[in-house]
Amino acid sequence: MASLTLQNITKRFGVVVALSDVNLHVEDGAFFVLLGPSGCGKSTLLQIVAGLDRQNEGSVLLDGQTVDEFSPRQRDVAMVFQNYALYPHMTVSQNLGFGLRMRGIPKSEIEQKVMETARLLGIEHLVKRKPRQLSGGQRQRVAMGRALVRRPRLFLLDEPLSNLDARLRISVRLELKRLHQQMKATILYVTHDQVEAMTLGDQVVVMQEGRVHQIGTPETIYNRPTDTFVATFVGSPVMNLFEGKVDRQGNRFRFHSADFSLDLGKVNQALVGRNVEVGVRPEDIGVSEGTETGLRAEVEMLSNVGADKYIHARLGNSPVTLRAPRNVTCQTGETIRLSMDAGKLHVFHEGKRIP
Amino acid sequence: MTWLKKTGFLLGILLSAAFSLVPFLLFVSSAFKTQAQVTAIPPELWPSFSIDFFRSAILRYGILHYLANSVIVAGSTTVATILLATLAGYALARLPRRWAHFSLMVILACAMFPQIAIIGPLWRFLRFVGWLNTYQGLVLPYVALTLPLAVWIIALFFREMPQELEAAALVDGCSRIGALVRVILPLSVPGLFTAAIFTFIYAWNEFFLALLILTDPAKQTMPVGIALFQGEHTVPWGEIAAASFITTAPLVVMVLLFQRRIVTGLSAGAIKG
Repeated sequence: MASLTLQNITKRFGVVVALSDVNLHVEDGAFFVLLGPSGCGKSTLLQIVAGLDRQNEGSVLLDGQTVDEFSPRQRDVAMVFQNYALYPHMTVSQNLGFGLRMRGIPKSEIEQKVMETARLLGIEHLVKRKPRQLSGGQRQRVAMGRALVRRPRLFLLDEPLSNLDARLRISVRLELKRLHQQMKATILYVTHDQVEAMTLGDQVVVMQEGRVHQIGTPETIYNRPTDTFVATFVGSPVMNLFEGKVDRQGNRFRFHSADFSLDLGKVNQALVGRNVEVGVRPEDIGVSEGTETGLRAEVEMLSNVGADKYIHARLGNSPVTLRAPRNVTCQTGETIRLSMDAGKLHVFHEGKRIP
Repeated sequence: MTWLKKTGFLLGILLSAAFSLVPFLLFVSSAFKTQAQVTAIPPELWPSFSIDFFRSAILRYGILHYLANSVIVAGSTTVATILLATLAGYALARLPRRWAHFSLMVILACAMFPQIAIIGPLWRFLRFVGWLNTYQGLVLPYVALTLPLAVWIIALFFREMPQELEAAALVDGCSRIGALVRVILPLSVPGLFTAAIFTFIYAWNEFFLALLILTDPAKQTMPVGIALFQGEHTVPWGEIAAASFITTAPLVVMVLLFQRRIVTGLSAGAIKG
């Protein structure tokens, strides 16, 4: 296994900038997730790492060695595609052994490695079948197996779970995590699904329109989003954002929006009088019924998701979503009282987080 | 209304089928008649299934030797055309769409020159290189004339092929050519076959160039051979019909045998399903 470093990667398609000055470092053995909406350049980045596409500027390094001039074959990486891209004219075992065959491994060794991998993935009974005779989940396993069997320096996974149904996706996700811990493989994993990113990644990089917004552990990404894009892209339901101004009352700072005001605790002096956005996650809003303290909000809609209840309400003109325990019994049209703890607020100025 | 539509549709199909089949069937029936039947008035439609004309076409007119020439010429044309069209088609399928479209249009334009306009220079060129009355002298213009359509068919087929398959092959350690040969070509058999059939039929049936380039009876192909059956005073209708039958039958059988191949895409199962 190898470490991967990307230095100042820029990729243009004509006048469209697909990737703009991307820098990142994936430690040997890390599970690294590229998260972003479709069209953010994450798949292009994967293609560049694999050597299938060429960057306009910057370098790709494996174990500190530049591989820009290397063909995909020389880079010795493996890739799992979103649509699996199994060779339809070959059986499962031929599919699994193809990469080994292309590298001139002796036949007996190929056979042994193919069976080993098939057993690891629980597909040894399918090795004689063609891809069209397999279910979606089985195809997905074969695609994974084709990458695993070669023991490459780096795994590149391009939304490998997005074609599975929801239940299967969860079980394969767990299995993937287990496989990673077992094999200590270096993985670069692309997804637009934040749950996948948060559950799988040791490190997550959030991208949008070819730019890296934030790199960090899932906890950092969630708890300290670096800007409003990351704040609203990660987390479900979406973080509430309110626009307003900061003013100072003695030692305390207060946030004023058109509809309400909040205690901000201690913030940077320089923000006084500036426009800011204040974010608060739905689970960080306290709710109480029938009291007289806190912000008044009118309940517009309730959605039940089993363990929790989401309340969609209105604070004056600003919509707000909060997560409430199951036992909260408010009804549509009722007034509730909300409380937001200064320590759990995220403050952004011109889109950037104020620490 | 739907009843009327259905009947009209059926009638249309029957009419167009009859329109193309009747002349062919008349020929087939003539081939199996006797000399007396062919010239009978009023004409007899049902043949007596005599093989006299076949025997005479083979023994007296030596058509097997024309047949062999046709097999050599059409066969080499097909092999050369498909080989070149595969490489060209692959390159065009991977070019940026705008350029590929432009190139395909230019290639197609080349196929639109009327034969009569190119035969003069072509003949002089072949005489210059000494290829008149040689197989390669005929194969060369055939390849040039069949390439555009073959490139079109194959390029469009390659373009439909999911790019990921090729990417997977490259990551698995293939070179470009390796990926083409090991992954893309096996999956493109229907497309290659369609192009090959078109090419083969063209070269098999072509008359005009063959007549002018191959004047030596030892090298002439079937269509030319048949056309030259007629003497100054005789038109051996029966033998012509028998020879035409022998020329056409292999094509019909080939297309019927492989039509499923031509129609079915092999790539089912490559992509999620």
